[in-house]
Amino acid sequence: MSTASDTMLYLDGVSVAFDGFKAINNLSIIVKPAEMLAIIGPNGAGKTTMMDIITGKTSPDAGQVLFDGRTDLTKLDEAAIANLGIGRKFQKPTVFESHTVWDNLEMALKKPRGIFAALFYTASDADVARITEILETVRLYARKDELAANLSHGQKQWLEIGMLLAQDPKLLLVDEPVAGMTDSETEETAKLLREIATTRSVVVVEHDMSFVRDLGSRVICLAEGSVLAEGTLDQVSANPVVIERYLGR
Amino acid sequence: MLTQALFRALDKKAIWVIGIFLAVAALVPMANLLIPPGQFGHVPTYLVSLMGKYLAYAILALALDLVWGYCGILSLGHGAFFALGGYAMGMYLMRQIGSRGVYGNPVLPDFMVFLNWKELPWYWLGFDNFWFAMAMVVFVPGLLAFIFGFFAFRSRVTGVYLSIITQAMTFALLLAFFRNDMGFGGNNGLTDFKDILGAPVQAPGTRAALFAATAIALALSVLVCSMIVNSKLGKVMVAVRDAESRTRFLGYRVEYVKLFAFTVSAIMAGIAGALYVPQIGIINPGEFEPGNSIEVVIWTAVGGRGTLIGPIIGAIVVNLGKSWFTTTLPEFWLFALGALFIFTTLFLPKGIVGLWTQFFGARRAKAEQPTAPTPAQSADIERGEDPDSFGDNPQPKPAE
Repeated sequence: MSTASDTMLYLDGVSVAFDGFKAINNLSIIVKPAEMLAIIGPNGAGKTTMMDIITGKTSPDAGQVLFDGRTDLTKLDEAAIANLGIGRKFQKPTVFESHTVWDNLEMALKKPRGIFAALFYTASDADVARITEILETVRLYARKDELAANLSHGQKQWLEIGMLLAQDPKLLLVDEPVAGMTDSETEETAKLLREIATTRSVVVVEHDMSFVRDLGSRVICLAEGSVLAEGTLDQVSANPVVIERYLGR
Repeated sequence: MLTQALFRALDKKAIWVIGIFLAVAALVPMANLLIPPGQFGHVPTYLVSLMGKYLAYAILALALDLVWGYCGILSLGHGAFFALGGYAMGMYLMRQIGSRGVYGNPVLPDFMVFLNWKELPWYWLGFDNFWFAMAMVVFVPGLLAFIFGFFAFRSRVTGVYLSIITQAMTFALLLAFFRNDMGFGGNNGLTDFKDILGAPVQAPGTRAALFAATAIALALSVLVCSMIVNSKLGKVMVAVRDAESRTRFLGYRVEYVKLFAFTVSAIMAGIAGALYVPQIGIINPGEFEPGNSIEVVIWTAVGGRGTLIGPIIGAIVVNLGKSWFTTTLPEFWLFALGALFIFTTLFLPKGIVGLWTQFFGARRAKAEQPTAPTPAQSADIERGEDPDSFGDNPQPKPAE
């Protein structure tokens, strides 16, 4: 942990406390461009709080959070951070239920976010082609005109991943993407995320170990707000402290 | 760009509503002026003004629906924007009285002479010009909403807290306008109007013209709202309503989305107020009464929020009920209104429009014709639009 240059995400000595409870305690994490990082850890380890800090929902009490090696994220709000190129998928799939699948993606599509730009927006052929492409990637093309509320849990997860793709971010924060998915859907998701990680940085938080294995990425185990172990999944899951604190047995 | 947005706005529903109100704008004045009294089809002048009042209320309800039904901002202070627009119009009408007032002062309105004011306060300057006054009708409510919204939305005041401060805003204005020192006529307000654009306010021709202007303004409001809610911005507004923080993470500035909706809505409310005042003949601080703003919420809920037709139907239906009750059973009106609101909340969460689409939706599903939703909408419109069919209504007071 020395220099922030050549990193996509750089967290150094980040701490945040809620009413005296240290949710994040001197956390330091680096994500390189086009790198995937999986984060595991017990409930309450601070995984979601970490994402809140990166996306501007929570501001840290101490520490440095840099994006793309230079932009200080602690000074920015959610919208500004999203527009820098950080996309987030939530633990509980949050899609806009009273909109159609298509409209969900159209809103997410990387376009000027201003009021009047949105008021006078008309989808260009390129936009339509891009949304169609995403719909095919996330296998929702057949349901494009349905309300998002009518999708199954797994399909909502996929729609949210599709919305992330539409945002065209440089860094994706993906919180429990395979909760509620079948085994084959889980495999597909892992494949999709690996593919995305060839061009962008991806941080995945997940409990499903076989899914994390499928990702084949560097793994960090968080506990009580700081890094417990780091390495490949095999290294991390062989670590006696991780076994004691997280994996059990 | 604009043409595309306009084209998108004119979907089947909107064309119907706009067409009907434009037709009403032409037909009702004709029925009033061209068909002689006593003959079949004549619409008496008092009724023209009464319907004009309902349509002004309909614009106000539509304005509220834009922020509440589509953007999730429950404003309990929209009456304030309506009243401010009304006051701007009232100030113009006061200046038109000229030396025909009781005291015959060519510049000062009667209440200022009475209070021993020597000259016109600066904020009354320019109001003798109609177009300046009309600019203020748009500008004053719009500016207030912009400033209020800027601070409220930036501080992320939402939900019931926002509702309470909008309520406090209208109450504060109520108290301020009651004061004689404010220079807006104190508790008597502004009244005794004579001319508008040189035409006598009371004349049947003027009243018919004011009615037509109100119906056209309503049609234009529907057009503007339709343009907004059918755009991507409209979809973002609904997204803000349903999942505000998620919208932020998509990169939209929620506070600006809300601010836009709130300001546009306040301007519409101000225009409604300006059309209301010359037809009613008075504007006083009572229009800032918090209860008025809450009534607007009830109209919108009863008609069906989140639709463009619902608030219009709600405003007309509830006010028809009010006119009937306040002449027949005045002491029961508030109970009836409260009961109506509770009934709507419990059994008709989507209002009259929701009931209609449910009914026709079920019938359509039976008939297995999943085509365009035509019968429901046109039926809605007929029901909401048809105020001229109540000609045998008991004599309501045009100005209450």
